[in-house]
Amino acid sequence: MAQRKSYTPGTHPDLPPPPTEVGVIGWLRRNLFATPTDTILTLLGFYIIYSLLPGLIEWSFVNAVWSANSRDECWAAMETPAGGACWAFVSVRMKQLLYGFYPNSEIWRINLACVLLIVALAPVLFDRVPGRKYLFWFTAIYPFVGGWLVFGWFLLPPVNSLDIGGLALTLLIGVTGIAFSLPAGIILALGRASRLPIIKILCVVFIEFIRGVPLIALLFIASTMLNYFLPPGTTFDLLVRVLIMVSLFASAYMAEVIRGGLAGIPKGQIEAANAAGLSYWKTMYLIVMPQVLKISIPGIVNTFIGLFKDTTLVLVIGMFDLLGMGRAALTDVKWIGLQREAYIFIAILFFFCCYGMSLYSSYLERKLDTENKFQKK
Amino acid sequence: MSSDASQISDTTTADGAPRDRSLARRILYNRGIRSVVTQITVVLLICFLVFQIGVNLLENLHAIGKEVSFNFLLAPANYDITFQPFVDYDPTKTHFRAAMVGLTNTLLVAVSGVILATILGFTLGVMRLSRNFLISRLSQIFVEFNRNIPVLLHILFLYGVIIHILPRPKQSIEFMGSVFLSNRGLYVPKPVLGEGSGIVIGAFFAAIIASYLVYRWAKKRQRETGQIFPVFWTSVGLIIAAPVVAFFIMGGPITLNYPALKGFNFKGGVALKPEYLALWLALSYYTACFIAEIVRGGILAIHKGQREAAYALGLSSNRTLQLAIIPQALPLIIPPLTSNYLNLTKNSSLAIAIGYFDIVATIGGISLMQTGKEVETMFIVLAMYLVMSLMISTGMNLLNLKLKLKGR
Repeated sequence: MAQRKSYTPGTHPDLPPPPTEVGVIGWLRRNLFATPTDTILTLLGFYIIYSLLPGLIEWSFVNAVWSANSRDECWAAMETPAGGACWAFVSVRMKQLLYGFYPNSEIWRINLACVLLIVALAPVLFDRVPGRKYLFWFTAIYPFVGGWLVFGWFLLPPVNSLDIGGLALTLLIGVTGIAFSLPAGIILALGRASRLPIIKILCVVFIEFIRGVPLIALLFIASTMLNYFLPPGTTFDLLVRVLIMVSLFASAYMAEVIRGGLAGIPKGQIEAANAAGLSYWKTMYLIVMPQVLKISIPGIVNTFIGLFKDTTLVLVIGMFDLLGMGRAALTDVKWIGLQREAYIFIAILFFFCCYGMSLYSSYLERKLDTENKFQKK
Repeated sequence: MSSDASQISDTTTADGAPRDRSLARRILYNRGIRSVVTQITVVLLICFLVFQIGVNLLENLHAIGKEVSFNFLLAPANYDITFQPFVDYDPTKTHFRAAMVGLTNTLLVAVSGVILATILGFTLGVMRLSRNFLISRLSQIFVEFNRNIPVLLHILFLYGVIIHILPRPKQSIEFMGSVFLSNRGLYVPKPVLGEGSGIVIGAFFAAIIASYLVYRWAKKRQRETGQIFPVFWTSVGLIIAAPVVAFFIMGGPITLNYPALKGFNFKGGVALKPEYLALWLALSYYTACFIAEIVRGGILAIHKGQREAAYALGLSSNRTLQLAIIPQALPLIIPPLTSNYLNLTKNSSLAIAIGYFDIVATIGGISLMQTGKEVETMFIVLAMYLVMSLMISTGMNLLNLKLKLKGR
């Protein structure tokens, strides 16, 4: 019989916690079955997963058909018609979904432009890229290189701008809008915060007007009546008009994000810069903007994501971006009734682009987080 | 330091020599003169641009034989609108009437969308904060997946599923014999107001007023005696019981008209057309995902100490939420909530992609095509949206102001 050992007060060794409070069981008890309500909710959650997940996996993988020449062929290969996904549709249409009606022999130009885009973005996005200093020069000339590759000019046969479609068009509009909207938004936000009353009023009117109307209305204006505002006889390309409208639209939203950041800068920073004898532009460039941009990263990236998603609206004025191409493909009589496959594929592409951007934003936030940790809770 | 001195001193340079202060230089560097000159230049530039655009517009329109006039609004529209629940319309009515149909349809989607999005969004946001691992993850996956996909894709997807994948009316999906879902939309029973139903509705509103009075009385009593009265459950009871009692006293004046299959389609009941259904649901759950994040952010922004202090005072977890957390979180939540309501209203213009007749599709779409009056129709569309946006943001600003004054 073990003898009861006696301890003087304060010398008893720590006992292990009871087994129901640690390990898997403890975790389950704390996180899933803490209270009766919790238990009911957990069971409900499991029921939702149980009723959705197996069917989804079966539909998209187990019963799916990956190659066929028409919907009927697809469905004939399944146990029950429409019992699985007909991904053959997506793979048959892949070229159009990615490049639109871009001439087959010239597709390498878009691929090259995309690869170069990554090279041009690398020094902007990450600061540990080898040769970052020189790559910035490449970034500066990229718009011209990319435009030259995509539209064609000297040495390259020109391509009709309306033939650009699919993911390429989505990227083209999105990247142009993003590249233009940040500087334009900064200028507008500074104008709105300006001491000069007339500049301020003009910026406020512009921003509030753009933010008050839907993008579709602006795109309609671009497609139907923008030419009326120009000197008689001048016309320019629908794609260029759309790019202008999308950029203006995004810059108004960006201006509001930057304004929020400006409001978060203590007045002392500007006064200190004034006291040090810095001019207005130097104050903004060296003192204010680095801080504003840092605290507005989440808002800026959200605006980018919103803009990227909004590029789909161009399908309403008859352009074939990724979504427009998918919708056009659905009217093919050979492949009728495959809405789920087409839209899910497009949704996944968009999800990866947008989710990627938001992951990058949180990476950047963590990297730039130089705040005193004690100030946080 | 010596190089800095030159910028500080007005009259001498760094080495002590008098500065060149010619009149031209002084004018160039005078702050007041500079700002006036800049502003005058900008005004002149803008005036010139506006004038040039106006001249170009008139010249271009004149060249193709058009003139700016709004007379077309009174001409017959000559096109059919398949969805007009509020305004009486047929193709012989004017373009103005068509615009009104569009406006009411936009408002219908906007209002019903805002209501559903708010309910869904707050639910998802609270679920995301739940201590229950599974529930919070489910909410997170739903929110992250949906908000990273364009809303137009959501709308087209839902519409495509309803039109092409749901069964025909004959094989429609049925809920309790009264609600039918098919590729013609969702059919729900329609309340038919018989004689005396006004009293039932009156009872409902009277109950709401009574609840407000109870709330004020309970507050007064609590201030005087410290006793707490269960206002919430009393109000719920009142608002449910009063109409029900009135309903039975009046002998059941409100009956339901059930939809029934007649031939190839349903008759009776209220029909939620596929266009409306797809637009409404897609806009609602898309916006709800953003609202969920706002709600979560707002509640997380309240310092932990607030909750702990409330517990230390002996408040229950419900009272803590009601008295400490929500009053502080709401002023943080409302401004971004407003911009999401605005976004939903503006996104309702995507209706045109699936053939729902909103403002853009009626006056800005078919009327534009038929009359060729681009400038006038687009002007009307823009003006309508601007007025709606202004109204929403003014209303929400007032609400926020009221909450703020109460809180501090």
